[in-house]
Amino acid sequence: MSALSALFFRELKLAARIGGGAPMGSLFFLIVVTVVPFGVGPDMRLLARIGPAILWIGALLATLLSLDRLFQADRDDGSLDLVLAGESPLELVVLVKCLAHWTATGLPLVVVSPFLALFLAMEPVAIAATTATLAVGTPALTFTGAIGAALTVSLRRGGLLIAILVLPLTLPVMIFGVSAAVAAVSEPVPFRTPFAILSGLALFAAVLGPVAAAAALRHGGE
Amino acid sequence: MRLIDYANPTRFLGLVGVSLKWIAAATAIAFAVGLWLVFMVAPADYQQGETVKIMYIHVPCAWLSMFCYVTMAGSALGTLVWRHPLADVSAKCAAPIGAAFTFLALVTGSLWGKPMWGTWWVWDARLTSVLVLFIMYLGLIALTETIEDPIRAARAGAVLTLVGVVNIPIIKFSVDWWNTLHQPSSVFRMGGSTVDASMLVPLLVMAGAFTGLFVTLHLAAMRNEILRRRIRAMRLVEASRAE
Amino acid sequence: MVRRTVSVRSPDGAPARDESRLTTPPVDRLDGTELTLDRGGRRVFADLSFSARAGRALIVTGANGSGKSSLLRLVAGLLRQTHGDLRLAGGDPDLSIGQQCHYFGHQDALKVQLSVGENLAFWRAFGATPGLGVGEALDRVGLGRLIDLPAAYLSAGQRRRLAFARLLVAERPIWLLDEPTAALDAASEAKMIDVVDRHLAAGGLVVAATHLPLGLADPDRLVLDATGAGRAA
Repeated sequence: MSALSALFFRELKLAARIGGGAPMGSLFFLIVVTVVPFGVGPDMRLLARIGPAILWIGALLATLLSLDRLFQADRDDGSLDLVLAGESPLELVVLVKCLAHWTATGLPLVVVSPFLALFLAMEPVAIAATTATLAVGTPALTFTGAIGAALTVSLRRGGLLIAILVLPLTLPVMIFGVSAAVAAVSEPVPFRTPFAILSGLALFAAVLGPVAAAAALRHGGE
Repeated sequence: MRLIDYANPTRFLGLVGVSLKWIAAATAIAFAVGLWLVFMVAPADYQQGETVKIMYIHVPCAWLSMFCYVTMAGSALGTLVWRHPLADVSAKCAAPIGAAFTFLALVTGSLWGKPMWGTWWVWDARLTSVLVLFIMYLGLIALTETIEDPIRAARAGAVLTLVGVVNIPIIKFSVDWWNTLHQPSSVFRMGGSTVDASMLVPLLVMAGAFTGLFVTLHLAAMRNEILRRRIRAMRLVEASRAE
Repeated sequence: MVRRTVSVRSPDGAPARDESRLTTPPVDRLDGTELTLDRGGRRVFADLSFSARAGRALIVTGANGSGKSSLLRLVAGLLRQTHGDLRLAGGDPDLSIGQQCHYFGHQDALKVQLSVGENLAFWRAFGATPGLGVGEALDRVGLGRLIDLPAAYLSAGQRRRLAFARLLVAERPIWLLDEPTAALDAASEAKMIDVVDRHLAAGGLVVAATHLPLGLADPDRLVLDATGAGRAA
């Protein structure tokens, strides 16, 4: 087993074990989606219209809030030093950690989103479109969020700061994710245009995120 | 022998060992009779047709979702006030079962509602309250699972459970208020006082069967949890002796 | 077409290996020349020169705050010197000095959610050159019977020894040991010294920061004084 696949499976194992917090993201997602109708009222037509946006905001917050331990746990126990001095390039280590984090936290969000969409009385087409945009968009959120997690790694209370740092960076993903999902049900704009841009943003984040996070980790240690 | 003597975990294990299979058998018989009554005897509703039979699953699950929480609240008192060794085991084991019954109540409610409302979900006051209860169960499970030390986990869980007991009526009232504010006439009310005897008897039998299922699962889960804690204690000893 | 690879493995899954020599490219010496390190605006040490030779231990001593840990972190590549030069003679030219060092710091780098064996198996797979098998490494540090135990259940001394076993499962020629015997009883200390001696005998290089009189035979010494200057003793 190569170093990086060992890292991937260890991260998954840690997320799945007790205290790993993998199900917390989905639980938080459920709560955000549940809270919105209490705010805007149980009008099904309204909820169906803003459904994609609610799901996207829920997924965005759930992803960002779950990221604060991405590097901090490793820093607290000293593993981060060993990873920094490892033979594997740090950018790839960050990429693998992000992929494992997404598999444990982001993928469940994508899987539960169609069920949460039922709470919002969304049409089947809108549900499919939103799930597709989340499947492409949540990795981008994780990769971008990793930059914030790396920058705040040495701070005791990094959680909120990550959200503050990263939320502006995730706006493009959010904009094209929601507009692709909405475009699937409303007439003028085709689904493919914003979806293609969203996919492009995800690929861009997959490169920029690990490179920037690795740089932040290297300098953060000194 | 007084009742309190069964509270000793070892005696409890002995008692469970003897009684569990009888309780499980009684539950199985109750289910057999209940399902026979539901599918062979109970009439179809003139409006809802055969769909009404979902009620025989839905209502007992909804009842148990609350009964389970009451069990946990009683156990929480036992944990905090009497520091009872079995109370926190009972509370911890009831939570996932309660969450499962609440989940079933939500799913069956949704399946039942689909032909009535045309959608899988409406923000009906009663369903919404059950959804909030479900989230509270999940929060409790998350809390007790996150704390590694069983005793600290039990204390924290007990405090949260009792806070929940105080809050549940307020939440229920608020949700009702919120709902009537937005929706003057409720679409659909389940249960109510107009259930005919031909439906009530199967419903009661099913409720009894589900309660038996809860007792069976709860006792089995408590036994497993006690054994799990013993294994944990033994491994801790093993670690300290392994030199 | 089906390809099969057949490999002979010892019972704990590790291929049999010769321990008398390191399998990594041999190192000769590690030289620091006039190293100066500033951290957070404070000068930690200045113009520090030292030389560590393969097969011998370099023991770094000095008061608290004299920069022993910082020196080890600098060699491990976790800090960068303000001036000065750090050179490794020998070793693998494709790797940095830090990548050829095992840094054994104050933290144990253990995941309490994983078992003892899982912790070690990860570091074995994560390193580029695998060393001893997991079971054998645990036997060396006296934890062989605890392989399946969750790491959360270990005592402080046991955690330290498990962390030390990491140096055995992945092979790197340079060992940087920061207070390696803290939290260890005399018996475990003796085991650790034995392991370090074997590493030296196999051609390894050890730099250890400690106040304790480590029983390593015939070490070189480097004394850091509180003013931040170092001298070889």
